[in-house]
Amino acid sequence: MQYYVPHPASEALLTSASNWMIIIGGFALILGLVSLIQLHMNRIQRNVEGWGYSGVLFAAMFVMVIAGILAGGENLDSERELTGYGWTYSYAMVPLQGTMFSLLAFFVASAAYRAFRARTKEAALLLVAAILMMWGRVPLGEYLWAFSGDIAQWILNVINSSVRRAILIGVSLGMIALSIKIIFGIERMYLGGKKE
Amino acid sequence: MLADGLPLDVLIGAWVATGLTLFIYTFLYRDNPLFKLGEHLYVGISVGYSIVITVYAVGVKLLWIPMVEKGQWQLLIPALLGLMISARFFPRIAWLARISFAFVVGFGAGTIIPRLISSNVLSQLEDTISPLVTMTASGLTYTMDFLDPKSDINNFITLIGVVSVLFYFFFSVEHRGVGQAIARTGIMFLMIAFGAAFGYTVMSRMSLLIGRFDDLIMFSGAEYGRPTFVLLALTVVVLAYWVYREKQAFRSTVEEKS
Repeated sequence: MQYYVPHPASEALLTSASNWMIIIGGFALILGLVSLIQLHMNRIQRNVEGWGYSGVLFAAMFVMVIAGILAGGENLDSERELTGYGWTYSYAMVPLQGTMFSLLAFFVASAAYRAFRARTKEAALLLVAAILMMWGRVPLGEYLWAFSGDIAQWILNVINSSVRRAILIGVSLGMIALSIKIIFGIERMYLGGKKE
Repeated sequence: MLADGLPLDVLIGAWVATGLTLFIYTFLYRDNPLFKLGEHLYVGISVGYSIVITVYAVGVKLLWIPMVEKGQWQLLIPALLGLMISARFFPRIAWLARISFAFVVGFGAGTIIPRLISSNVLSQLEDTISPLVTMTASGLTYTMDFLDPKSDINNFITLIGVVSVLFYFFFSVEHRGVGQAIARTGIMFLMIAFGAAFGYTVMSRMSLLIGRFDDLIMFSGAEYGRPTFVLLALTVVVLAYWVYREKQAFRSTVEEKS
């Protein structure tokens, strides 16, 4: 309604309803948290191999929560210094997250070696596009072949964007159809029912 | 030798960050206790971080302050709906969770339709259906600049790409004859885009890798007490001891069986 009648009242209603959704979403964290605690408590109670790591997980979670509460949820204090919470975030969470995701660089490279065998024209296209993209995104690539950066940019701006656009249109039309089915009560799978 | 001016929290932080980074990289050898330690620390810290963020951003900012300071007690309704989600853990009242899900899905479905039509369908179509030739004062011209995403040649390629990829996913018509040619063009576009997306992802991971190595190099400095070298040596020793213990355990198992 707010989209078709952009009145301050309808906009305020939409803002309130959106906040309601965020609040409900926040409570959904309990679901994940309880599942995680159940899983690791079971491991500790049954003394399964590696149960100590579950203890480490709980300890880390507890320390982070306590640090967060003491810091009032702020990374920096009033003197712009790192709080305990901010320190744990900067020196433990950020390095762990960065390292975890950078590990994928090695595994992606080994997966590519196995998967990128140009057996068909399509696979060859994929291989060439990937190589061109990697070549063109590093200074050394552009130094060795001046056009590589431009080609990589062209692939991103034209080919990639046209494919993304087509997929976006297709997915959106599908989501609109599903939303209409939900509104009219034709689709009830989200309530845990079986497909009719 | 440690630098006099380096704060203690930065110094400890450098050692912690270096140790955790090295623990995770030990996975490149194989799964081992050091990696598991780092992995579980990561999960615990991330969950703790999410809890704090949610409590303060949602519980305090959107719920507690508006209710207590502004008297917006109607916010008890979404709080109750949120709590009802947890009813899933109690079989006798599990049905209560459906009310919350119905509200979330219903609201989402209602708000998403105009937004999707506006930004994901109409805007995308508007950008796709661009003029294929340019009208200037001297008449019609055709711009062949590949580097300009809005040039006529790129507009033409984009149009072909969008139409052919959409057709490839359109199964109501059998892909034969002309249809097959269009669908195959769509596959070509898809393959190039997937290859580019793969290459882009690899480079972003490489960027993260460089970032971590950058930190390891920085923390190898004397002002930090060379944590990179010290902890690397320690990690190697622990890993070597673990491998030795594993082999011993394996040998004793084989001997027991024989």
